[in-house]
Amino acid sequence: MLNFFGLIVVLSGLWLGLSGHYQPLIMWLGGLSVLLSAFLAVRLETLDRESAPFFGLPGILTYWVWLMIEIVKANWIVIKACLRAELDINPALVKVKTSCESDLARTTFANSITLTPGTVSVTLEGDKILVHALYEEEAQPEVFAEMDRRSKRAVDSRVTA
Amino acid sequence: MSATVSFLLDIKPVLGAFLCLAGAILAVVGTVGVLRFPDFYTRLHAASVTDTSALTLAILGMALMSPSWLVVFKLAAIWAFFFLTGPTSSHAVANAAHTAGLQPLIGAQARSGRGGRDHDGE
Repeated sequence: MLNFFGLIVVLSGLWLGLSGHYQPLIMWLGGLSVLLSAFLAVRLETLDRESAPFFGLPGILTYWVWLMIEIVKANWIVIKACLRAELDINPALVKVKTSCESDLARTTFANSITLTPGTVSVTLEGDKILVHALYEEEAQPEVFAEMDRRSKRAVDSRVTA
Repeated sequence: MSATVSFLLDIKPVLGAFLCLAGAILAVVGTVGVLRFPDFYTRLHAASVTDTSALTLAILGMALMSPSWLVVFKLAAIWAFFFLTGPTSSHAVANAAHTAGLQPLIGAQARSGRGGRDHDGE
């Protein structure tokens, strides 16, 4: 039930932000379409803690800020690699183990790896992720361990609670 | 106080234009990387520079130049959407290549310029 109201709040906010027309008739139509979307989400039974993780939002936002800093750092490395006169890349395939349990946390972790330039998650089997890295030395287990810990803390604790 | 505000308002479009330009330059850098890197997987890394930093800078610049908050909200939505779907599609492409049996060039192999054209032996 809380997820349902969370979805309605988020959809309404999205509608208000995107529409820009605040006449009564348009507002009614917007409200109806929000209700219809929420009703369809309930009927499809896609509305659970993993698809509507609105209550872990502060944790997810903190994680996002940390991830942005990591992305900027990794971008700098890849930009230098692109422009260096001599290619000095050292690609490697690395197996990374994740401690995340829920699907959402694993997706967050694997997507974070892909989002960071220089590393791409290739396959995900069980709790092991195959990662292709541009520099082998940038893909050491301890780099991923922190990301793993943080995505677990941001997502898993909220989803499985 | 009002002098500072009007100065900030004056400089806002200029700053926005510079951020857009920086984003465009980063997109070019990403393209250079795509052209220079030897095989499929390494090229994917170069493309992700365009996906993340070039996109973020360009959208920040456009937000600074935008006439109303509605446009800023839409830009923010586009940005969030890209950050959720970008890695998903990169992963899908990489996964498809791996499933199809394309082997990545590893270590010094990738630097020797031994081409990435037909190393999968097909």
